[in-house]
Amino acid sequence: MRWQTNPLLVVEHLTMRFGGLVAVNDLSFQVGRGDITALIGPNGAGKTTVFNCVTGFYKPTEGRLALAREGVAAQADVEALTLTSAKHASTGSGDLYLLERMPGHEIANHAKVARTFQNIRLFQGMTLLENLMVAHHNKLMLASGLTVLGMFGAPSYRSSEAAAVERASYWLAKIGLIDRADDPAGELPYGAQRRLEIARAMCTDPVLLCLDEPAAGLNPRESADLNTLLNSIRDEHETSILLIEHDMSVVMQISDHVIVLDYGTKIADGTPVEVRNDPKVIAAYLGVADEEELKTVEAEIGA
Amino acid sequence: MTAISQDVSGANAIATHRLRDALAAAALTFFLCFPIILLHAEADNDGNLYLTWRPWAVVILCAIAFVGRYAILAYSARSRVDEAPARVATPSASRAFVGRYIAALGVVFLFVFPFAVLWLLGAGGALKWIDNYGVQILIYVMLGWGLNIVVGLAGLLDLGYVAFYAVGAYSYALLATTFGLSFWICLPLAGMLAALWGMILGFPVLRLRGDYLAIVTLAFGEIIRLILINWVSFSGGYAGIASIPRVTFFGLSLRDEPGNFADFFHIEYSPIHVKIFLYYLILCLAFLTNFVTLRLRRLPIGRAWEALREDEIACRSLGINTRNTKLTAFALGAFFGGLAGSFFAVRQGFISPESFTFNESATVLAIVVLGGMGSQIGVAFAAAALIGGFEILRELDWMRQLMAMVFGIPDFDPAQYRGLLFGLAMVVMMVFRPRGFVSTRSPSIFLKERKAVSGSLVKEGHG
Repeated sequence: MRWQTNPLLVVEHLTMRFGGLVAVNDLSFQVGRGDITALIGPNGAGKTTVFNCVTGFYKPTEGRLALAREGVAAQADVEALTLTSAKHASTGSGDLYLLERMPGHEIANHAKVARTFQNIRLFQGMTLLENLMVAHHNKLMLASGLTVLGMFGAPSYRSSEAAAVERASYWLAKIGLIDRADDPAGELPYGAQRRLEIARAMCTDPVLLCLDEPAAGLNPRESADLNTLLNSIRDEHETSILLIEHDMSVVMQISDHVIVLDYGTKIADGTPVEVRNDPKVIAAYLGVADEEELKTVEAEIGA
Repeated sequence: MTAISQDVSGANAIATHRLRDALAAAALTFFLCFPIILLHAEADNDGNLYLTWRPWAVVILCAIAFVGRYAILAYSARSRVDEAPARVATPSASRAFVGRYIAALGVVFLFVFPFAVLWLLGAGGALKWIDNYGVQILIYVMLGWGLNIVVGLAGLLDLGYVAFYAVGAYSYALLATTFGLSFWICLPLAGMLAALWGMILGFPVLRLRGDYLAIVTLAFGEIIRLILINWVSFSGGYAGIASIPRVTFFGLSLRDEPGNFADFFHIEYSPIHVKIFLYYLILCLAFLTNFVTLRLRRLPIGRAWEALREDEIACRSLGINTRNTKLTAFALGAFFGGLAGSFFAVRQGFISPESFTFNESATVLAIVVLGGMGSQIGVAFAAAALIGGFEILRELDWMRQLMAMVFGIPDFDPAQYRGLLFGLAMVVMMVFRPRGFVSTRSPSIFLKERKAVSGSLVKEGHG
């Protein structure tokens, strides 16, 4: 199991309280490098809260989120970093980050965690190409000498900009929207907006891509295309994927690892097959305790 | 037979509907006019007030409302039928071409304007056109372009822009009168001081959004003004700062004294020289603002500003430091406000807190909003329309004569109706062009062709 032997992200004892409400309670899980990990659970289980903690939009009340960007981090290194007040350490196996100590933009910029949103957040009044160019912001800011060199059209900046356009075109071609590169993002149909949001996140060169319900509102064909896209991202781009999804056809087909949440705690964790057969999961999803009914439900979902 | 009669009855129903609508408009006008137009208080020489009745004025206004409303209804019904299909396709490429053409023509016009006026009207007549119109409008164009960075691009509603204008003006005035520094050294210093104050303000307040940000910036504008009024030993209070050193032509005086600009070039001295020089100075400063803004729009920082206006949360998820990005927009907007302020001080030679009221902020903001969509050319036209329009109203002598001759109103002054006409123009704009003169956004980069983005997709920003 890759998430046990080669974890990219190790979440330990994550707790998030909003006043008296405990949205996530003492949650621990691992995300394997090169895996597609699905986070599932009924509505209100705390999935999006976990996402917001991982991507720095919330500061967790308790817990440690250690991300080893390049290789497996030694437990001693993680402990050593935790005892300091630093967010980041360069260890023998590569860069190690403690995400709970970092604000959202630093997580995206340094730890290389990108995300999409449940309600699509594109820059609607900007063109598709511009949307992807904004994703290259930090790289281009450096290349433009924090704007000073770019102001005078330095050749080094121009070549970096051309490279960014090249990369944006690559992603536009990959999601099948290259012909609409100069149209505003707000004019795209819903399914295309979802794909564009994923492409935009990919333009930040993430090691971990967090997708919040990428298949919501897609028709079966679009959702099949999405599966292909996500598989190719995992296989070709050294990007691991963590996704929240309700569409079980997506989850079961493409995930390598499924984590099930209910009321902010983990109730199951394993391969899709293991999870699918877990009675606790079925009960949580369908709210059935009756053995008879459980059997019919299991038959329906093909367990 | 039946079809025709149905048609007729349909037309009758429409006519009745229009008539009823127009009557309602007339009735509304009547209630609005009833006390304020019907009754007129006049003071005689002893200060006694006499009430006069003006029923005819009310009747005329009601009639205008009735006829106007009816005409609008009839016209809009017809144009809806005529124009509906034509509106669908807007050739964006040709429009972009026209836009560039207008911009180029505008630049040429602005550069030849003073000499053209001088040639047409002579030194006496040209003075007013260069100073009251040219310089005055260009100051507001520059302020509009400066504020456009903050409001139009980054989508941060700033109601206290005049504070930076004031900082720039007082920076120059104080540095020049206390330390005797020349204008050319003070100009960048004033800009930098304004930018510094922009950052000092921006740092704590940029976590606020929308209305709250607007209120705090409004307060900041007032605070600066109140400090300038009350810290008398520093700023001279209400009395302001007088005898600010005037602008020199790279060291050559432009006043009527020996060894001045005219002597050096062996031409006859004329007060128009200084006006022309000021005109070109503000023109260059405004174009500097424009050039920098246009350049920055195509750089990552400019794209980040626009992305910030569109969706701040998405920006954070892409690794953009939103606080720093907002601060740069605020500081740069303040910088250009400061440059404009220091030009204002050198042009007037006297400044006082009176010049930096909220009214100025509101005017500049109105220019940006009227221009639309962070468009540079839109802002320039809006400034010309608003500021130039105000000035033109002073000129309408024929209207005064017309009122005196036709309606028997002897002392009609069109300039007194500036506010009314300004408000009317704003209402008309809101109805017909709610997103400003230029209601499309031009993308900062393109792969194959530059297509204008419809204004309905572009956000106004939320803080």
